[in-house]
Amino acid sequence: MMRPENEAALAELVAGAAVPLRVIGGGTRDIGVPVEGDPVRVDGLSGVSLYEPGALTLVAGAGTPVAEIDAVLAAEGQRLAFEPMDHRALLGTQGTPTIGGVVAANVSGPRRIQVGACRDSALGVRFVDGRGQVLKNGGRVMKNVTGYDLVKLMAGSWGTLGILSEVALKVQAIPETEATLVGRGLDARAGIAALSAALGSPFDISGAAWLSEGGEARLRIEGLADSVAYRLRRLGAEICAGWDIHEAAASAALWGELRDVVPLVETPGIVWRVSVKPSDAPVLLEALDGPVAVCDWGGGLIWLVMPEENDGGAVVVREQVARLGGHATLVRAPGALRRRVAVFQPEAPALAALSRGLRARFDPRGILNPGLMG
Amino acid sequence: MDMPVPNPDVLSRKAQIVARLRQVLPTEAVIDDPVETRAYECDALTAYRCPPLAVVLPSSTAEVAAVLKLCLAEGVPVVPRGAGTSLAGGAMPTEDSVILGVARMGEVLEVDYENRFIRVQTGRTNLSVSGAVEERDFFYAPDPSSQLACAIAGNIAMNSGGAHCLKYGVTTNNLLGVTLVTMEGEIVEIGGAHLDAGGLDILGLICGSEGQLGVVTEATLRILRKPEGARPVLVGFDSNEVAGQCVSDIIKAGILPVAIEFMDRPCIRATEAFAGAGYPDCEALLIIEVEGSDEEIEAQLSRIIAIAKQHDPVELRESGSAEESARIWLGRKSAFGAMGQINDYMCLDGTIPVSQLPLVLRRIGEMSRDFGLDVGNVFHAGDGNMHPLILFDANKPGDLEKCEAFGAEILKLCVEVGGCLTGEHGVGIEKRDLMISQYTEQDLEIQMAVKDVFDPSWLLNPAKVFPLKASDARRAAAQ
Repeated sequence: MMRPENEAALAELVAGAAVPLRVIGGGTRDIGVPVEGDPVRVDGLSGVSLYEPGALTLVAGAGTPVAEIDAVLAAEGQRLAFEPMDHRALLGTQGTPTIGGVVAANVSGPRRIQVGACRDSALGVRFVDGRGQVLKNGGRVMKNVTGYDLVKLMAGSWGTLGILSEVALKVQAIPETEATLVGRGLDARAGIAALSAALGSPFDISGAAWLSEGGEARLRIEGLADSVAYRLRRLGAEICAGWDIHEAAASAALWGELRDVVPLVETPGIVWRVSVKPSDAPVLLEALDGPVAVCDWGGGLIWLVMPEENDGGAVVVREQVARLGGHATLVRAPGALRRRVAVFQPEAPALAALSRGLRARFDPRGILNPGLMG
Repeated sequence: MDMPVPNPDVLSRKAQIVARLRQVLPTEAVIDDPVETRAYECDALTAYRCPPLAVVLPSSTAEVAAVLKLCLAEGVPVVPRGAGTSLAGGAMPTEDSVILGVARMGEVLEVDYENRFIRVQTGRTNLSVSGAVEERDFFYAPDPSSQLACAIAGNIAMNSGGAHCLKYGVTTNNLLGVTLVTMEGEIVEIGGAHLDAGGLDILGLICGSEGQLGVVTEATLRILRKPEGARPVLVGFDSNEVAGQCVSDIIKAGILPVAIEFMDRPCIRATEAFAGAGYPDCEALLIIEVEGSDEEIEAQLSRIIAIAKQHDPVELRESGSAEESARIWLGRKSAFGAMGQINDYMCLDGTIPVSQLPLVLRRIGEMSRDFGLDVGNVFHAGDGNMHPLILFDANKPGDLEKCEAFGAEILKLCVEVGGCLTGEHGVGIEKRDLMISQYTEQDLEIQMAVKDVFDPSWLLNPAKVFPLKASDARRAAAQ
């Protein structure tokens, strides 16, 4: 196991690599086509190098544990706005999630609907490309249109274009309080219609989810205490009549669990992650005969469980997603299945050609996590 | 400003190229009359002008594809153009180029309130996107100052921001999907009404690529429900440093205003003389706007005012009505016009870490004395996106060059303190040659390699973004 201690050592290692490399942050996100390659751990590139609470910016080595970043931010009453999921419970993995892994996988939680995805909070990156060159893009300021936005491209590229060495992130103040409205006994259509109504209201929803278990709909609001109370009142009167209210820590617990897709941990089977437009969620679930599912992002992000037999639902899920528009990723599945069926959504030929072209430029030797994204 | 030598072969084949364009487009959609093409000789960076070979105004994605395919076959450079409001020369033609304008593509294709998006042709103006969803109290968030005129195509090309992006983000954060036509005439659908990419985030790469990777003809945009209300407070300080500290303290306190705008004394005086908004004559002025219901606005403003009071403001004016709000915004909104009354001006767009505000303002003041040119500062303080306005006299020989040299020094300073050359206007031709102060040769090389993938012949907007010297070999190889 290679474990460079700094960016220069990482660059040297990549430049001198004779065989493919398997890039590992904390090793908690075992997703994608299993990669054959020499493992490289980047958790040696660790530590917060710059944090300006008044400018809402933080810069850290890619191997910095997410927990360390959370702690540094919390000391100033701040947090990562995009609420990244911890995959350990769902995937049954061990290890320490790193910020580089979060960015490389563009991991975004329930608040994505309000504040954007991880890629929207990513201000800058430093990375080592497939030739072993240290490159940078973006910076540490909120607004930056200087040259092409490779930060977005690197976010969600799963280490296939370069190995992240440092990331700069926009952070957010933790609001004074939060509360969640919970409605039960709603089918997918009714539940997601309620979420859509709330998201189309002026009440600034920061979480909107529906769970097939119990037909439970959840809506989160955050902010100053008076404002939260006001919006609870209005939502209760206009959209969520009779829903329960969970405040502060009780509300936070609901979303912590949802963020990590805990409700699906004990359900055996293959777990898919599907992105469609919210009103298509009930359509998809009906077409799949009502699988156990957690719908986040107002219905736009669907975590669903399919039987493990045969292709783990690959054909039927992909057929429906292709029909509706969106994408599906195979998240929890044995390695053998991930080798057999496409893990990421197959792209249309023109788009696939562009992706291939980009990979060939960033990693001409094809040594960085080769094949992980298919 | 150096521009590449036009390709003599293309110039000599003008008649043939125009005739072929007329084979794929309706006759009136191809403009080659030298008087008419003059309207396209520059964008809002008016100091530089060059009439193009021809102008085409297609009406559909298919027509755009046909034009691009033809221009590739003929080896003709193509300069995409939205509404021509770029301050960076992003739509500036070369003599051998065809301007591809999307002005005739302004349709709304789909509005979906339930899923909160709108799909439009990209020639539509920014403000009229909001206009299309206003009846249901929705809006499209990015609001560049030119929003009445600027097109979504240009917003996507430059990843435009605006005064309210502190809360709502810039174009890239509100863009869900595009229809992109490559130089080869291939139509590529990227993203859609759903969130995030299933593979590499090519949508994120397209946004802000300054029309160099493809022509975006349709866009799916996120729309939001309007807040119940909004109200600003105006605070004046007797030092830039204290005003900067106040901004930082507000942000740190966890209040997220929808906008924090900053004006310095030269700018305040100019706008007062021009618009008479009743601003105090002080060193620095902040306009801070919050949103919500009346009670929510009250709660936020009272906290902001409490923080401001700790910094001994010389003026503190809370809006109590729509009329008072409009008055507070009046000066800010007329700032550019006011500066333009005094003289010609160049508007810069660097971004700095908010903490560096006092230092950068002090250094700009010193440079202003050294260069002998006045400068006013008006900018989005919440996100550190500065807009120094340097005054010069276009009719005075040497003044423009002096102004550009001053501007370049300011932008280099922005980079030096941890910021960047441009926050929302784009690089275009204006900041092309400064790119080396922010990026290494390798950093630029990988960006140019991205263009190689999308446009191997380097015909799309070729003389922009990268220093000419850096892109020279690639452009030459294409000819």
